[in-house]
Amino acid sequence: MKTKLFASIALMAATSVSAQDIEISVTNLTQGTYFTPIVATAHSSELALYALGQAASPELQAMAEGGDISGLVSVLTGADADVSENPAGGLLGPSASTTFEMMNADGNDYLSMAAMILPTNDGFVGLNSWMIPEEAGTYTIYLRAYDAGTEANNELVVEGSGAPGVLGIPAAPGGMAGMNGTGVTDQEDNQTVHVHRGNLGDDDATGGISDINNTVHRWLNPVAKVTVIVK
Amino acid sequence: MYPTNLLQTSTKVVLASVLMLTLSGCPFDDDDDNDTVEVPVMPMPEPEPMEYSYMIEVVNLTNAQPMSPIAVTLHADATLWTIGEPASSALEILAEGGDNTDFLAQEPIIASGSSEGVLMPGNMTSVEVSTTDEMATHFSVATMLVNTNDAFSGLTGVDLSSMDVDSSMSWTLGTYDAGTEANTETAGTIPGPADGGTGYSDVRDDVDFVAMHPGVVSMNDGLTSSVLTQAHRFDNPTLKLTITRTK
Repeated sequence: MKTKLFASIALMAATSVSAQDIEISVTNLTQGTYFTPIVATAHSSELALYALGQAASPELQAMAEGGDISGLVSVLTGADADVSENPAGGLLGPSASTTFEMMNADGNDYLSMAAMILPTNDGFVGLNSWMIPEEAGTYTIYLRAYDAGTEANNELVVEGSGAPGVLGIPAAPGGMAGMNGTGVTDQEDNQTVHVHRGNLGDDDATGGISDINNTVHRWLNPVAKVTVIVK
Repeated sequence: MYPTNLLQTSTKVVLASVLMLTLSGCPFDDDDDNDTVEVPVMPMPEPEPMEYSYMIEVVNLTNAQPMSPIAVTLHADATLWTIGEPASSALEILAEGGDNTDFLAQEPIIASGSSEGVLMPGNMTSVEVSTTDEMATHFSVATMLVNTNDAFSGLTGVDLSSMDVDSSMSWTLGTYDAGTEANTETAGTIPGPADGGTGYSDVRDDVDFVAMHPGVVSMNDGLTSSVLTQAHRFDNPTLKLTITRTK
């Protein structure tokens, strides 16, 4: 009788493998940075938003430099991924959270996520192809900040610089940034997607090398907490 | 993904329920022994209260950030701080000045302990905490990085109810910012040996929510008014913590 009971439970688990309902919560753990609109996606093993040590795609670059996720959404949708576009409805501020639901189609077993971090030149928070567990439960993942490797981290706030190839940080929400910096660097040594070295910043709001405030806009990893409830 | 298990959450709910079902066995037995036993009615002896004892070992992983006396607490299902929410006054006092008296005396806390003194970098200390209260199912730990304005490390609201005697759990822990004092790093604002300044002040001149700490900048890395040097910089994780149930 014990064996029978066990077998029937195993069977129940096996039949719930295909489409899953998942609830996702994202928390910006930082004290002073903002996430631009998030793209979250469940996709097959054939797809990835980025690969560490590989050059960013033009779509990833547009997200990381300017917060524009439309290119990523269009690629993902065209490849039959399940997509949640901008679930936070705009910026996700320091320590703020957003919760949303997704249903992944059969075969879309991997969860990925990305959003630009402001103020940075091309920094983003990313989750890359996390396998969605078959077992119902609550899972927690901590995310790092990455550098898309597509733009030098000059740390100067320049209006309109969110367009790919235009050097600068498009915006510093929260109003704690400076101006008239001379620029931290015009070099991007590692031009592949890599772990972000963090903002340098300075303590001069009207000059210095950076427009970023070094007591406000730095961070340490992890920068985001993701809770996934598989139902 | 954060490979060092920072604030790791384990999920064994489903597995546990499967085990329960298999262990509970059949409600009816069919061994055909239709015997009836008269059980004599006897007064039940008062059961000894169950004791729950834990040993908490903490290692300071920083270069030059002594940790204030480690506050260890047992309580019911609750958290003593939340990302995005203002710090309690008790947490503010701990995170700005290292004094854990109010933190340990908070209303939800059933049992508590504290390490004797400051935990120096590279050192380990242990704290024991015991209770017979079955409601004390969760634990929280907090300690200040004393060469900062209001940084603290620890964890909160961890469920211990499924721990067996002699079993252990271990974490490497990140660093929070209480959000109650701006990270100016200026002379007179840091209670640790780097400054010897004021610890707690009831003024809240920062974001007023708990977040992960951005790290200290230091005078060597561009904050000219800082009393901290490169030696006081830190990265996550800052604390290693192991809890073992001893009784």
